[in-house]
Amino acid sequence: MPKNQDVKKVLVIGSGAIVIGQAAEFDYSGTQACLALKEEGIEVILVNNNPATIMTDKTVSDKVYFEPLTVDSVAAIIEKERPDGLLATVGGQTGLNLAMALSDSGVLSTYGVSLLGTNIKSIKQAEDREQFRSLMNVLHEPVPDSDIVYSTDSALAFAAQAGYPLIVRPAYTLGGFGGGIAQDEQTYLTLVTQGLSASPIHQCLVEKSIAGYKEIEYEVMRDANGTCITVCNMENMDPVGVHTGDSIVVAPSQTMTDREYHMLRTASINIIEALGIIGACNVQFALHPETSAYYLIEVNPRVSRSSALASKATGYPIAKIAAKLAIGYTLDELKNPVTGTTFASFEPALDYVVVKIPRWPFDQFQTANRKLGTQMKATGEVMAIERSMEAAFQKAIRSLDIPLDGFRLPALSDMADAELEKLAIEADDRRLFVLFELMIRGKSTEQLHEMTAISPYFLFVLNRIVEEWRKLQSETWNSMTHARLLQAKTLGFSDQQLAKLWSIPVSEVWGQRKSWSLLPAYRVIDTCAAEFRSQTNYLYSTWKGSSDARALNAKKVAVIGSGPIRIGQGIEFDYCCVHSVLALQKLGYEAVMINNNPETVSTDYEIADALYFEPLTAEDILNVLDFEGITQVIVQFGGQTSLNVAAQLEEAGITVLGSSADLLDQMEDRDRFYSFLESAGLPVIPSFTANKAAEVPDYAAKLGYPVLLRPSYVIGGKGMIVLHNEAELTQWLTHTAMEFPVLVDHFITGKEVEADILTDGEHVWVSAVFEHIEGTGVHSGDSISITPPVSLTAQAMEKLTATAEHIARSMKYTGLFNIQFVYEGDQLYVMEINPRASRTVPISSKATDVPLVQLATALMLGTPFNELGIEEQYNGQPQYTVKAPVFSHIKLPGLSPVLSPEMMSTGEVIGQSPDSAVAMQKALDGASQQLAALQGGGTVFITEASLAQIDPQFWKQHGFSFCTEASLPFEQWLKTADKKAYIDLTPDPGANQAAQAAIHRLHVWTRKETVMAFQEHVKAIHGSTKGVLVK
Amino acid sequence: MAGLLSLSNGESFKGKWHGKTSGIQGEIVFYTGMTGYEEVLTDPSYQGQIIVFSYPLIGQYGIQADHVQSGKIQAAGVVVAELYDGPVEKGAMTLSEFAENAQIPIISGVDTRSVIQTVREFGTMPAYMGPGFSVPAFWKPLKTDFFSNSMPEEDIRVIGNGDIHIGLIDLQYKSSILDELLKRNCKVSIIPHTLPTAKLDALQLDGLLFSNGPGDPAALTPLFPTYRDWAERYPTFGICLGHQVLASAFGAKTTKLAYGHRGANHPVINVETKRVSMSSQNHSYVVEDASIEETPLSVLYQNVNDGSIEGLKHPELPVLTVQFHPEAAPGPAEHLQLFDQFLSTIQQKKKVTIHA
Repeated sequence: MPKNQDVKKVLVIGSGAIVIGQAAEFDYSGTQACLALKEEGIEVILVNNNPATIMTDKTVSDKVYFEPLTVDSVAAIIEKERPDGLLATVGGQTGLNLAMALSDSGVLSTYGVSLLGTNIKSIKQAEDREQFRSLMNVLHEPVPDSDIVYSTDSALAFAAQAGYPLIVRPAYTLGGFGGGIAQDEQTYLTLVTQGLSASPIHQCLVEKSIAGYKEIEYEVMRDANGTCITVCNMENMDPVGVHTGDSIVVAPSQTMTDREYHMLRTASINIIEALGIIGACNVQFALHPETSAYYLIEVNPRVSRSSALASKATGYPIAKIAAKLAIGYTLDELKNPVTGTTFASFEPALDYVVVKIPRWPFDQFQTANRKLGTQMKATGEVMAIERSMEAAFQKAIRSLDIPLDGFRLPALSDMADAELEKLAIEADDRRLFVLFELMIRGKSTEQLHEMTAISPYFLFVLNRIVEEWRKLQSETWNSMTHARLLQAKTLGFSDQQLAKLWSIPVSEVWGQRKSWSLLPAYRVIDTCAAEFRSQTNYLYSTWKGSSDARALNAKKVAVIGSGPIRIGQGIEFDYCCVHSVLALQKLGYEAVMINNNPETVSTDYEIADALYFEPLTAEDILNVLDFEGITQVIVQFGGQTSLNVAAQLEEAGITVLGSSADLLDQMEDRDRFYSFLESAGLPVIPSFTANKAAEVPDYAAKLGYPVLLRPSYVIGGKGMIVLHNEAELTQWLTHTAMEFPVLVDHFITGKEVEADILTDGEHVWVSAVFEHIEGTGVHSGDSISITPPVSLTAQAMEKLTATAEHIARSMKYTGLFNIQFVYEGDQLYVMEINPRASRTVPISSKATDVPLVQLATALMLGTPFNELGIEEQYNGQPQYTVKAPVFSHIKLPGLSPVLSPEMMSTGEVIGQSPDSAVAMQKALDGASQQLAALQGGGTVFITEASLAQIDPQFWKQHGFSFCTEASLPFEQWLKTADKKAYIDLTPDPGANQAAQAAIHRLHVWTRKETVMAFQEHVKAIHGSTKGVLVK
Repeated sequence: MAGLLSLSNGESFKGKWHGKTSGIQGEIVFYTGMTGYEEVLTDPSYQGQIIVFSYPLIGQYGIQADHVQSGKIQAAGVVVAELYDGPVEKGAMTLSEFAENAQIPIISGVDTRSVIQTVREFGTMPAYMGPGFSVPAFWKPLKTDFFSNSMPEEDIRVIGNGDIHIGLIDLQYKSSILDELLKRNCKVSIIPHTLPTAKLDALQLDGLLFSNGPGDPAALTPLFPTYRDWAERYPTFGICLGHQVLASAFGAKTTKLAYGHRGANHPVINVETKRVSMSSQNHSYVVEDASIEETPLSVLYQNVNDGSIEGLKHPELPVLTVQFHPEAAPGPAEHLQLFDQFLSTIQQKKKVTIHA
């Protein structure tokens, strides 16, 4: 069936801010979908308020609306733009929910907008558990015993009949938020209560637990003609009970027989056929490990995190093909873009294995509850490809970019066996390493299988790594032969691990390997297991066999990516890497991307000229550079991850474009940084370097409280804390294990301002200047900020610009860097220089129309500054842009939402308008999507001591009333229906109450400036009803 | 012990040798499915062939008795990147035990992707695999005829006791074909492929199913007239070699593909419904496109990738043949309904006969 000619203009809904459960994968799928539609000559209108995305670049769609993803704002866009079609299946659950709301409220029918792809009825049938269950009964597809409940009474009635353990799944929540497994009535009641309040329709599914079954997923596609294919299946190493987003996942399945594989494949196809899906769909099953009995767990009628993973695992671009199916094409009409000769109506055959490991935020959030269950907690993930499972696992582990000793997590070595066993049974984010540790301590795979229900196959694989490690330990470096070393490499051991085993420098292992020509081979992902010739540029390394041919003559530059998304290093760096790739191509270079994050645009093999899916360690990178014959790399855009390898790459003779590794160190090492500021004649924040804990109180006393403690080289303010007095300091030092040296800074109370600077060392462009709304002591990633600044005088701005220019000229640096300033009264301090792209780069580029990363890349490769054409591109910032942080506290019970120097937010949104108040209102509206609506007022709980800092009159006028512990105890207030916000403005707010309020989806404000900003927001929305514009 | 896989074009690949102490020769072919080694190895169509698995990890779920397609490993030899030697499910046997019992050699640790690339570029060819670094003294010609030596008339085995009586023409069938018939309540007579027509007719069969099998369909040329006669008088279904043989019986020609279709992801399009579906395939020979004009048959299924013929039907008679394997095992099960279709044709015909 050819394209539907009636569709000329399409509105695409993005997924908004990055939150746990809905992350960069939707930038990848959204970008693919927009480009696929544009390719067909369709005018694409996009609504998405997440600035750090490639999707919202001007080149990806015809028009971008940075507007809140609410029915009101999207209805207004539809009214204005009059699209023919709406594509809502690439914006995650947010997009799907919005489409259902737009349909229910009549907006789509009023404006004659047709929903492209899967229709509303099918979406509802898949999403509404009651409808879904009855359809599955008709199809004879088994679903676990369950009931839909709207109250705790009916939930208890079901429990009486079904018995424990039971799973609670709230309806329509992101990443299964609010659910969990209950072994007993008490836990069950807590989960049901929490789930009912989390679900927008106050509905929960309670079901008989099938924990311990294998969890299997299929990614399925279907066209309007009924042709169905399964792109990929995946097997979770963690049995049912751990959310698939928090599970270690391999593709394809490993322990299923052909009969089981096709039994579930047939079931998947029957289901999407019955639902009438047009596009992509994810189907999750629970498979009994022995009897082959299975249950259906869930169906997602849209592209998902799993479909992004499946696309990267197979090379099959699911979102792109799904967009084409949505406008009428059928699978057999579309070419398989990888082979170029076969068609999209086929199923990829893999001749390698893929391992995905989630990346959790608990290295940073040590107080949060790190137990894994049915509600997702990971912020990101890594993927590794190899031809042996052991090597794939070790590659994935290296890609996590966490402080490990090979496959060992050092913190576990001190734990007692009993404690480790408990951790193996009650999985948390450390389970993989717990398994390794227990194996090292002699636990058999059978024992571990008993404890965890993990398939013996996976335990066997992990144990083989441990056994090899043991064997290597008993051997010596001198006894190594080419063959022996190759065997170790084949099981995934890095040079670093081997060097550590034998206490030799890593350069010795590297050198010996090179002299033996013991290098990895590079194979392509071709979707067909070499059955057909293919022109593909998507590669992975393997220590088995020979390489697929690559052309080696072009002038090439490698861009080092940022790895998994974590707190403080998010999608913005992927945005930057993609722009750098695009710039290189414009400059006539072949761009080679190295990265390991399966969710993102940078790892779409259609972006760079070659994509290497590899860990981002020096060894892995150098092997690629060696194979490609590349001598120049860009490390400025992959966040701290890429900066961290700069020195090693330089040592190996690679040119790190833009700056020397020494300069990077100078900026990152606080001591050297302060000397740099001094030598540049800039005021330096008084500080001392403490080499041990005992020195700290003395220095603090000299500086005067409050003081800021920080380690050198930090991401996202990790380990940073403000201490207000000696008591706090003593408490901190006795309860926290800090790695010394630690910097003790005088804590400045003032206003923070930041900017990204483009320079060639002589010429300087200071891009958008961001004023932080909250004062110092709040991480820049967590503060609301506005550009251009609203409270800086012209004089202050001039001083700032002059300082930035002076720094740029003093640095011997080419490219992009970020400066964090602080004003204490009139005194301007430089707090930090980040010699790399920053979180604000995408926003800055979008607010000014100056593509900072592209220009920085051009400068690094020698384009003269005056040929960049900045003046012509700069739009003069005609609008205010406000950035507001978005938190995922509802997914992370126990995490304190009190703002601090340690970053907590997972994403951000922007609002834009020529009127700063409107921009603020849009940003806060967008950032509050997951939280209690402030329209129409409600109750606010405030700590007694904070009352003096707010304007009660204002809030009362706008329908709010205040509760304090004296008027209504906190616990009771939490039970009230119209609770909206929690305020504690004391210097050291109580984390416990704040965390409880946050988990109830309430606003938590711990800074006066935040309250003031929301006051403006409330003023703006006051009187507006939460209705829909329908004429 | 080291082992070597040598191809007749001169290339060779090192690996680890498992099993028999002497080398073997066979035709090198590759299979791209990611599961299904149990079924593939025991499928009689693979006789005389050395199978290279493109999926690098083979053996993880062991071998289960009820998954095998015949009593033994039919392939001549097995080439894998990694042979799994860990624990398997209760009641299963490991692949290496299974192969050792069957005296079939395995060579592991081979760069299978490179082997496949060679076969893809140069076509299937004679190959030798042996222990140590032994190489063949001479290349035996590839065996294409698996029938001429096995002409003695055998007993007719009868299995099941359903209402519909199907004659399964035994060109060396996979057990899952028989199983699909039995599941659908058929009585099945296993018909030696050389059975005289009079004996066949005496069985009062309701329909015939020409099975899969190894080698070149031309090996059965002398029987084509007999088969055409049968197909014109009985509702007939042909699978793989059965399809090639029936097409030939009706006058079509067959040729050999460069490296065949062996996998679980081959898209075929039903030219009537325009629906594409995935099929399980295992064949070297195909029915020549142009030769269909010489027959009363018309094309029902085509391969989406190379356009080759995947299924034929007779415009008037209840004759349907498919190149792919609707019985799956291994591979996608979405064509199982062809068995239902075949049986419902028979049922309708029976009704008409009764009412007439």
